[in-house]
Amino acid sequence: MFLVELRKLLTRPRTWVTIALLTSLPVIVAVFLKVSGIGPRAGSGPPFLSQVLGNGALFPVAALALILPVFLPIAVSVIAGDAVAGEASAGTLRYLLIRPVGRTRLLFTKLAITTVFVFLAVVVVAAVGYLIGGAFFGIKPLPTVSGRTIAAQDATWRTAVSVIFIAVSMLGVASIALFLSTLTDSGLGAALGAMAALVTSQVLDLLVAAESIRPYLPTHYWLSFVDLFRYPVLWHDVTRGFAIQAVYIAVFLGAAWANFATKDIES
Amino acid sequence: MSRALLTHNLTKRFGATLAVDHVDLEVHEGDLFGFLGPNGSGKTTTLRMILGLVYPTGGSIEVLGKPVPRKVRDVLPRIGTLVEGPGFYPHLSARSNLALFDAAGPGGAKRTRRARIEDALERVGLGSVGRKPFNAFSTGMQQRLGLARTLLRPHELLILDEPTNGLDPQGMRDIRALLEELVAQGTTIVLSSHLLGEVESICTRAAIINRGRLLAQDEIARLLAPTGRVRIVTDDPGEAERVLGASNGFHSVTRDAAGVALELGGASPEELNRRLVTNGVDVRELILERPTLEDVFLQLTNERGARVPG
Repeated sequence: MFLVELRKLLTRPRTWVTIALLTSLPVIVAVFLKVSGIGPRAGSGPPFLSQVLGNGALFPVAALALILPVFLPIAVSVIAGDAVAGEASAGTLRYLLIRPVGRTRLLFTKLAITTVFVFLAVVVVAAVGYLIGGAFFGIKPLPTVSGRTIAAQDATWRTAVSVIFIAVSMLGVASIALFLSTLTDSGLGAALGAMAALVTSQVLDLLVAAESIRPYLPTHYWLSFVDLFRYPVLWHDVTRGFAIQAVYIAVFLGAAWANFATKDIES
Repeated sequence: MSRALLTHNLTKRFGATLAVDHVDLEVHEGDLFGFLGPNGSGKTTTLRMILGLVYPTGGSIEVLGKPVPRKVRDVLPRIGTLVEGPGFYPHLSARSNLALFDAAGPGGAKRTRRARIEDALERVGLGSVGRKPFNAFSTGMQQRLGLARTLLRPHELLILDEPTNGLDPQGMRDIRALLEELVAQGTTIVLSSHLLGEVESICTRAAIINRGRLLAQDEIARLLAPTGRVRIVTDDPGEAERVLGASNGFHSVTRDAAGVALELGGASPEELNRRLVTNGVDVRELILERPTLEDVFLQLTNERGARVPG
């Protein structure tokens, strides 16, 4: 079943168009930086971008930071929102269940496939970022946000943990979208619902009046992976981020399962 | 005779609506079973409950000897289905679609997959379908591909909802021949259809449902039992009318140019014939009038709530 779903993901033009679009934003940014030679002032603009002009090695994480607030969650919402609802509206859901594929299995396979998509997207963006960064700005030893340089080996695990942190953050998004996907036969509706939840979270996160709930918002710790590039690593927000996402994943996946396993399939 | 499908008091309520109301279906092994009902009669909901897609609110289901929905995953591999139109991935070809569905569940050996797909496509007349994606198919081709999916592996029971939908007359004939061939090989088929002529010509048994209730369930031959009305073709209708009018037991004798028609009452056709011949009326034809399935269907469905099949 996993291989079948994987094949569906990889043969679907939409997958690759989405990844191409995700990659194009950092590429466009890189072209502007290269042509103008003007970067954001240090301490302003998207994370890492101010240092990219001096060192292309930072461009992979800068690229991820660029797509993280909006583009990547939209892509994940669309993929996860369509996971069950899309099958329902295409009329294929009933034939999968009759085949038979267990409902629980189908749901978790869909989550696994969304995870594959997230990793695929993140890795492609990071890899293209590395190539573009190298070609445009040159690769030097990685400086930390705190100013000290870190060795290549050290940089590798920091980047790897960043990728995992971003992927887990996106799995939080995916769980919300997947839950909505089991409620409706419209993939678009589920995706829009998940995006609305994220926008609400991002707005509340800016609101001083919402101070008391801010640490529990799903988007609050998204950019905390920046702390992985400090010396020494500031683990506090990273671990909080992992924990919050684990809660969101458990709650929404549980809700999705409870709904889908007992639902009348009328599509 | 063992039962391929049994439901007892099967009931489904959606909010205030009673979609299926205490339905007792009984499909024997080897039946080509027609399942008839107007749109919105509860037919599809019943089929979906049998397949474990919709959960009943009351009653029980037994498919191939197993209780559903509790053991539905044990029986589904033995059932092939086409429910409310074929659902396929629009951007993939016929062969890729069939391969995906075959690989998604149990019982489809990878080693034989390609051969089984070619065989199934051949049987539904799609052998030369090529590589074009499903969304470029005509309705008839989509329907044939839906049938091909049920033929990928051998099944003991086929549940087919409007299988000839969108097919041209030749296509319908091909598919009917295919269904009869499958039944001859021992498959039990439940065929839901609006085409009453189709059900009448190929089915052995049928059930009629309307507004969630089972109105009739019997062998086709018995559903279409003679109405008791007889038509007699003779050269001398006047004399025939006189003879029959004078004898007791025959009612409402009417005459036209070609002969007479009458209600047999309690008498047998043999008796009627003897009466005419002994009284010097030559009988060319004596026809027992039988209702068409359409007559039976419309009579039953109109009696209990006026609704016309769509």
